Amino acid sequence: MSLPGKSVPPAVILERVSKVYDGSYAVRDLSLEIARGELVVLIGPSGCGKTTTLKMINRLIEPTSGRIYIDGRDISTVNPTKLRREIGYVIQQIGLFPHLTVAQNIGLVPYLRGVPRAQREERVDALLRLVGFEPELYRDRYPRELSGGQQQRVGVLRALAADPDLILMDEPFGALDPITREQLQDELKRLQNTFHKTIVFVTHDMDEALKLADRIVLMREGVAVQVGSPEELLRSPADEFVREFIGKRRLVRHPEEVAVGEIMVAAPVTGTPRMGAAEAFQKMQRHQVNTLLVVDEQGVLLGILTLRALQKGIREGGRSRVEELMEPVGATAHPQETVLQAARSLAANRAGLVPVVDEEGRLRGVLTNASLISTLVEVLWPGGEENGTGHGKGRARAAG
Amino acid sequence: MEVTLATLWQTYLARSDKFWALAQEHLLTLVVLPVVLAALVSIPLGILATRYRWIQVPSVAFANLMQTIPSLALLAILIALGFGIGNKPAIVALFLYSLLPILRNTYTGILNVDSGILEAARGMGMSAWQILTLVEFPIAFPVIMAGIRTAAVICVGLATLAAFIGGGGLGDFIITGLGMANNNLTLLGAIPAAAMALMLDWVLGKIEQWLTPRGLRL
Ligand SMILES: Nc1ncnc2c1ncn2[C@@H]1O[C@H](COP(=O)(O)OP(=O)(O)OP(=O)(O)O)[C@@H](O)[C@H]1O
Ligand SMILES: [Mg+2]
Repeated sequence: MSLPGKSVPPAVILERVSKVYDGSYAVRDLSLEIARGELVVLIGPSGCGKTTTLKMINRLIEPTSGRIYIDGRDISTVNPTKLRREIGYVIQQIGLFPHLTVAQNIGLVPYLRGVPRAQREERVDALLRLVGFEPELYRDRYPRELSGGQQQRVGVLRALAADPDLILMDEPFGALDPITREQLQDELKRLQNTFHKTIVFVTHDMDEALKLADRIVLMREGVAVQVGSPEELLRSPADEFVREFIGKRRLVRHPEEVAVGEIMVAAPVTGTPRMGAAEAFQKMQRHQVNTLLVVDEQGVLLGILTLRALQKGIREGGRSRVEELMEPVGATAHPQETVLQAARSLAANRAGLVPVVDEEGRLRGVLTNASLISTLVEVLWPGGEENGTGHGKGRARAAG
Repeated sequence: MEVTLATLWQTYLARSDKFWALAQEHLLTLVVLPVVLAALVSIPLGILATRYRWIQVPSVAFANLMQTIPSLALLAILIALGFGIGNKPAIVALFLYSLLPILRNTYTGILNVDSGILEAARGMGMSAWQILTLVEFPIAFPVIMAGIRTAAVICVGLATLAAFIGGGGLGDFIITGLGMANNNLTLLGAIPAAAMALMLDWVLGKIEQWLTPRGLRL
């Protein structure tokens, strides 16, 4: 007895929605479909229309044109007060009621909806436990007796209290310190994974967006510039604005696009031709490297001294100066060369490094196995600090 | 004329019935009644003033004007306007004086409710009436109560003038005492009036504290 073609409508549909203030668009011709259980993040620079968009969904603001549907119902036909009681709403200023206890704050929407007292209390306690608040300890506290992070948690619980399918959150964690913020993001993710609410989340923090979003709507001057999953935005930003906004450091780049000059170690450990073997050995030890790049007074690269050659020279005696022990330069790279080309030279060089020299043969830096690998990892998995790749080139040492 | 505690006591004993009648009249008829009437007018008016500018401007101007008219002049004006003499013009005058503090405090108290709180209230689906009764009024309550307290204390003092037009109250003793050059009698009116002002201030302060939700107490 299934009804063909009668699939579940999207949770929210924005249909060519615009809002005009004093002749200028705060939101312009925005169309968006949000699936059930999806977490959509609205992001963009200040004043781009994120809050306006959000508030049109619960009719705190009426669109100038266009239609908005929730569960297939045109919301302009629904009583705004009734509509809002079915939508969770969290604002940046938290907005807890100072004269009501934590329990009264959380239980307010159920109260407005006429849920009996006993049932309300049960619900409040369950919600408090959900975020690790012992109900006996927190139920009867007043907002001013809570920390900022605790207040914001209560703000989120208040939005969850009536068990709405749709929750709107306007920069809910904006005012918090980074650690609390991350905790709350984790908690939200956990809640989202458990309850599969549809969430529209406003932020101006790209890291937050990338972490939380199923889909990101990047806005600029009221227009949705790009809509896509975090991966899509990172891999194929629509234009220079998106690229700028995401931030170069997070973007996925291809090895062909990265120049050697960007990732080389700029101050390699060097030696001079006249240096004695003992002095060269000391220098290697001091800098914890196993290779010295030998340069003349002009900085022109003359050769490479490896620890092995140095030890051999010292053991056999006779030759005791760097110029007698060093090996020829071999393959080098140019700062403008791509990392991909340099990787080939690196593979060819036994020393495990490629000196980077300019047109005049002067040493500009060095590319090592270590710096190359960490760069590739960083380029391919941007923002992957959790994987321990967030500190590639900075720490790599010349032939460390 | 010599005044000692003993002579004062003598003066009181000689007319203790009248004293208590006047004190009661002072408190109930000349303070509680006009202040309650003023609160009934000023609180709704103050709330409406936060909603409608066309109410705010004239009502605050009117209340301000009332405060600036010297009290005896106001009494005279009221008599001239046909309120006659006795209790009635006194009550009207005290009512007019009480309007401003209550109106002003109601207006600012409601207006100062944090905008984030109001947005949250609206966003969670409270009706305008629910926002007023469940959010704005309770949060503004301590401020409104402070306005009522101010009005009451002002009234205790001004009410002593009511006797000039036969309005009764403790001012009766003061004026009769002044007329007869009887300092004991004058003080029998003045000292209890001052005490009443202090006591009322204290009692209303306690009531205010007791009625203020714990989350708003400092
Ligand atoms: N009530 C209003 N009257 C006139 N202009 C408004 C009004 N509300 C918002 N605007 C304008 O509309 C634009 C979008 O505002 P909105 O609050 O949606 O921005 P936002 O993306 O939420 O910014 P932010 O990140 O700073 O919160 C802004 O240019 C703003 O100045
Ligand atoms: Mg905003």
